[in-house]
Amino acid sequence: MTMSKKHPKPEELVAIDYQPRRRDWMDPHVEFRKGTFNYSANPKSMEYLGLPFVRKWQPTEDDWKLPPNWKEIILNGLRERIDRFRSLRIFMDICVRCGACADKCHFYIGSGDPKNMPVLRAELLRSVYRKDFTTAGKILGKLAGGRELTIPVLKEWFYYFYQCTECRRCSVFCPYGIDTAEITIIGRELLNLVGIGIDWITTPAANCFRTGNHLGIQPHGFKDSVDFAADDLEDITGIKVNPSVNRKGAEVLFVVPSADYFGDPHYFGFLGYLALFHEIGLDYTFSAFASEGGNFGLFHSHEMMKRLNAKIYAEAKRLGVKYIIGGECGHMWRVLHQYMDTMNGPADFLEVPKSPVTGTVFENARSTKMIHIAEFTADLIKHRKLKLDPHRNDNHRITFHDSCNPARAMGLLEEPRYILKNVCNHFYEMPENTIREQTFCCGSGSGLGTDENLEMRLRGGFPRANAVRYVHENHGVNLLVCICAIDKATLPGLMDFWVPGVSVGGLHELVGNALVMKGEKERDNDFRGTPLPGKEEKVHV
Amino acid sequence: MPIFEQGEVKINVDEDGFMEEPDQWNEKVALALASTEGVDNLTENHWKVVNYLREYYQKYGIAPMIRKLCKETGFSLKEIYDMFPSGPAKGACKVAGLAKPTGCV
Repeated sequence: MTMSKKHPKPEELVAIDYQPRRRDWMDPHVEFRKGTFNYSANPKSMEYLGLPFVRKWQPTEDDWKLPPNWKEIILNGLRERIDRFRSLRIFMDICVRCGACADKCHFYIGSGDPKNMPVLRAELLRSVYRKDFTTAGKILGKLAGGRELTIPVLKEWFYYFYQCTECRRCSVFCPYGIDTAEITIIGRELLNLVGIGIDWITTPAANCFRTGNHLGIQPHGFKDSVDFAADDLEDITGIKVNPSVNRKGAEVLFVVPSADYFGDPHYFGFLGYLALFHEIGLDYTFSAFASEGGNFGLFHSHEMMKRLNAKIYAEAKRLGVKYIIGGECGHMWRVLHQYMDTMNGPADFLEVPKSPVTGTVFENARSTKMIHIAEFTADLIKHRKLKLDPHRNDNHRITFHDSCNPARAMGLLEEPRYILKNVCNHFYEMPENTIREQTFCCGSGSGLGTDENLEMRLRGGFPRANAVRYVHENHGVNLLVCICAIDKATLPGLMDFWVPGVSVGGLHELVGNALVMKGEKERDNDFRGTPLPGKEEKVHV
Repeated sequence: MPIFEQGEVKINVDEDGFMEEPDQWNEKVALALASTEGVDNLTENHWKVVNYLREYYQKYGIAPMIRKLCKETGFSLKEIYDMFPSGPAKGACKVAGLAKPTGCV
């Protein structure tokens, strides 16, 4: 992710004013200032997905060209969702405004804007719920915390529901377990009913429909990228690997985020997957149809999430695999863990994942039939099935960023650490209230990773960066490892801004570097083409 | 839709200045778009990158992997950043008339 030329300086952004302005919180006015919001959805992508009220508009314009009956649509939509999701009704009714969540949000910490306190962000929707759906609100209106749904309120929803990354850190601290991400999800879903969405979500979703992945890479391009990676790996290791695409009868379908075979530094982890699976002789295939682990549908609506997610099981069935392994993707795992089984399952045609190398049966995936590659690799290491040379990663002093969704949505806390401790010698944890289930978001998740939104991303990413800075200064950490493609896309820019001198890498990049492959040539460089420790004097590509 | 106009060049662009209709691309357009990226002059090396991107785009309908771009043109990622300060995706692709990549990139 590149920095825009006009972005602010760290000393400007860090001067955060936590004193709320003297004004009624019910006043919905927001200012759409460049750097703090995202562009509207491209009409072409909306049309492709069959979305309603396709039109051109931008948040900075006064007239959002809403349909005349927009209010009726939103209120009916809210009514339907209150009936459909018991959780939503509970979250609307149960909050006592205790404030435990208030200072837990990275956007609040980074901006000082009280409406980024999760309690108040939720209140933006809750006030409308109270006005139109509760007896007290219907009678007492404002006195009961009710608020009329107006166009300024709608614009305020747009502003703040796209200043939440659905990371769920606040939910960890809520004594009632209110999942504020679900409130944001509903808020965005309602806005999409009247054709208000952002392009960074709608276009990837449309691409995913059109070509199989968010980036819009077509099947022949996907094949070309996989083949290129195999050749590249051969140049580095001397080993020829033969990954397959759309191969029927393979034991495993392997699904990765598309950025893994497109972006940097994602790609180095992709090489790690290829090396690892070759070394253990895994019988696996990629799919060009399900060539995306991520699911930007989650950031749009339940329906869109279901439509995009359906491809994974459909392809597992068509190819006749036994089970599915997923790569280093973040929100994919929330969809997988929380929704896939009931939305598109049960996947009765698959078997409970069982490692062909160790015989371990992954009981935790008995229902979904899909396991995380970190679980799979940790099990291989535990059973001493891999020959690893951690010294090859000695140029790195490493810390681990728990990506929000694998950590908080599926509890994947130990496996990445176990792997790291086996593939590198210098691993340092960030402060305990910033890792594991309390991890701080990258600030760019849930479709907010755009250039136009850069200032808010840098603000939202500040708490994470601040914790990295701590280990950078105290332990000389120079590599931030993560297991999410959005992290890999956005943390490099965040580090350059707040903690220069820290690079970003993936877990399986380090696995691949450390993996001693049978018959490999003498390795001079790591996957990035940087000389391995002790090989610096040699000429490298 | 914003319109980008410079000299004889008049094209539809998105909010970030990427071409809406990549088929309208030609060398004059490339020069005009380069000026918006802080690149005043397209050297032989710039053209090597741009032409490779065009070639790949015509075959695959999208930009190549960053690593592939580096390997095929022989430039390191740093050298590409030196040529196109916004980087391969936001800078070089824009000059080559490709669409902005979206998703986890």
